[in-house]
Amino acid sequence: MAERPEDLNLPNAVITRIIKEALPEGVNISKEARSAISRAASVFVLYATSCANNFAMKGKRKTLNASDVLSAMEEMEFQRFVTPLKEALEAYRREQKGKKEASEQKKKDKDKKTDSEEQDKSRDEDNDEDEERLEEEEQNEEEDVDN
Amino acid sequence: MADGVAGKDKCGEPRLVSLPLSRIRVIMKSSPEVSSINQEALVLTAKATELFVQYLATYSYRHGSGREKKALTYSDLSNTAEESETFQFLADILPKKILASKYLKMLKEKRGEEEENDDDDDESDDEAES
Repeated sequence: MAERPEDLNLPNAVITRIIKEALPEGVNISKEARSAISRAASVFVLYATSCANNFAMKGKRKTLNASDVLSAMEEMEFQRFVTPLKEALEAYRREQKGKKEASEQKKKDKDKKTDSEEQDKSRDEDNDEDEERLEEEEQNEEEDVDN
Repeated sequence: MADGVAGKDKCGEPRLVSLPLSRIRVIMKSSPEVSSINQEALVLTAKATELFVQYLATYSYRHGSGREKKALTYSDLSNTAEESETFQFLADILPKKILASKYLKMLKEKRGEEEENDDDDDESDDEAES
């Protein structure tokens, strides 16, 4: 939870770097302009959250998900962000999948070494099934987002 | 650039988002009606905020007055908030700056008008002319 008002600020160094990267080289950004953009960014987060939450409520969901955020962007007239955001989402999912597969591989290697009891084996199979189902759901979600 | 390091993680690979997710989450959760946020929504909001910062900066610079001087100033930003429909929601937090003397003059004029209105209620037809 936000306990102090400055908890709602974004780090100035990161904001400044993003601005500098966006503008042509050598442009001077006044201190006032930096803090104004930083404040604007916080307000943007709140605005986007509130819009996304409306979409979640419409869908009778309690948890905000990726498609709510994408719908919010369109609602806020930031359609231009939708394509780069979808690309970022795909990159993020690939990254997560890579991490998951790496940890699964580790687990399997470990299991091979330790597995001697029948019970352990059957439990592992159950786990594998669950994971497969999860992956299927993820793929479905991707299709939804693409449409 | 001195701040360049912040965007890379320990391995030196560029990260998907450079804004801190924990901070973005705190801001999102400060909205009372939000109960929970999944990780993908959090990552997307952080990424969207980055795009927003880039867009606000480049838009204000292109439409601003500082192009010849190669500078981005506060008034470029407040102009953007006032003139662009997309950035309208920022108008309250990026108000236009005016000189105190100008503001006092405006206040005086406004008061003057109000007094006039009070005085000649029955002559309101003539008011429009002045």
